[in-house]
Amino acid sequence: MAIDTEERKAPLPERLAAQMTKIGDQVQGSQAWTSIFRPGSIFRKGYTDSPRNRSYVIMNSVLYHLHPVKVKRHAVKVSYTLCLGGLSFFLFILETVTGIFLMFFYRPTAAQAWDDIYILQTSVTFGLLVRNMHRWGAHLMVITVFLHMARVFYHGAYKPPREFNWVIGVILLKLTLLLSFTGYLLPWDQLALWAVTVGTNMMGYTPVFGDQVRFVLLGGVEIGTDTLLRWYVLHVLMLPFVLVIFLAVHFWRVRKDGGISGPL
Amino acid sequence: MVEIPEHLRKRADEARAKAEAAKAAAAGGPAAAGSGDGASEAQQQAASKIPPHLLERSVAARAQASGDAPEAASAAGGGVAVAAPPTAPEMPATGPGGHTQRLLTVVKSGSIQDVKSKPQDKVHVWPHLLVVEFVAALFITAFTLIFSIFVNAPLLELANYNQTPNPSKAPWYFLGLQELLTMFHPMVAGVTIPGIGLLALMLAPYIDKNPSKRPEDRKFAISLMTIHLMFWAVLVIIGSFFRGPGFNFVFPWEAGLFFEL
Repeated sequence: MAIDTEERKAPLPERLAAQMTKIGDQVQGSQAWTSIFRPGSIFRKGYTDSPRNRSYVIMNSVLYHLHPVKVKRHAVKVSYTLCLGGLSFFLFILETVTGIFLMFFYRPTAAQAWDDIYILQTSVTFGLLVRNMHRWGAHLMVITVFLHMARVFYHGAYKPPREFNWVIGVILLKLTLLLSFTGYLLPWDQLALWAVTVGTNMMGYTPVFGDQVRFVLLGGVEIGTDTLLRWYVLHVLMLPFVLVIFLAVHFWRVRKDGGISGPL
Repeated sequence: MVEIPEHLRKRADEARAKAEAAKAAAAGGPAAAGSGDGASEAQQQAASKIPPHLLERSVAARAQASGDAPEAASAAGGGVAVAAPPTAPEMPATGPGGHTQRLLTVVKSGSIQDVKSKPQDKVHVWPHLLVVEFVAALFITAFTLIFSIFVNAPLLELANYNQTPNPSKAPWYFLGLQELLTMFHPMVAGVTIPGIGLLALMLAPYIDKNPSKRPEDRKFAISLMTIHLMFWAVLVIIGSFFRGPGFNFVFPWEAGLFFEL
């Protein structure tokens, strides 16, 4: 009883703080909490910066465990990688997120596409901003992927045992260009139509089966509403699907081939 | 008594007979075959490989076993008694030198298992790498966001088949190809040159057999790549900024920009 009165005598803020700590401990100690946050999570009770917890952070996270627990010290030097591969991947995620937003407001037909984009820009909250981000992010991604390739070449990082990962990288570069190019048509404005006309006319000059390739890609002999649907499906589904598969192999091979290449 | 398997006893007998034959051949004098000399030498070498203190210990143990074995064994402790079973004088399984065991082979450490690879200077991904990645992601998001606030993506008039813009340009990354179109037949410019270029790019690791990664050892590869990249960069820049109506060469500071992203 004496302790009780002592506690009551303590000033209110202190009692409040003590109460908060108690509630916090109770929540963090609950079964629900410990079942959600696996060991090593910084939200767990008593998280400390220890080698063990540093390892757990990586191992117990679905996203982070793309990484190994430890990497060579030189691999974290920004001046070596310039983060270009990571930025390319991050831009791909940014494109996916903004792209999903755009899909809610867009119908891929010649009659509706341009109007949908126009309404998106003028009447949808953040519509213009998200479309801008999608467009500039796409151009940026082409640049970062290209620079990533140049960086890897100049470091000789394509040499054994990383030869095949270079091949996958070149495929990823092509897929990036194709993703960007298929997206170019979708606004269905003069820029889109004629840029794609110029681009696909070149494809028609492929020897032997050039005309067939062009016909399949355009869904006819000329760019039209069928082309729009085809390129839309390519842009939002098929090419990202293929790209993700190659990305997975690319990342996996980076680890299997012994992490990123060593210093020069 | 310890049971000695039949096949081991046979093997030991054979080995002893062989050793005795070799000894006899060595004693046969210089007239004997060279192989006998070699055998005796090998035997001596093998004997010398056993450390002297071990030899002494085995000799002592043998003397003990032939003498008052039970008392000595009990004095030395039970472990010794088990390790050195009382041997009868005509123990059939003893080796050439009276040993009860033979050294079959020496396995050097590292020959079948890699003990430990060289220690590497490593750091934890968390926080060292994740922090860098997080900052990079934050930076690129901020850059895209701020750029998008101030610069709008182009949206020209509705697509119109009857009104060809002059000039009509491909997306910027294909403008190098479009530039080539002004110089070559479309099949060469649009298919052959980029096709060969991309194929060579993909095969680069298999063409470049130079194992060195140091820039000073790779002058040719680096020059070739730089020329290649510069070639495309120049073509893209010309196609983007120096091509006006009719895709004719113009200076952007005179005729203005004909470029949409």
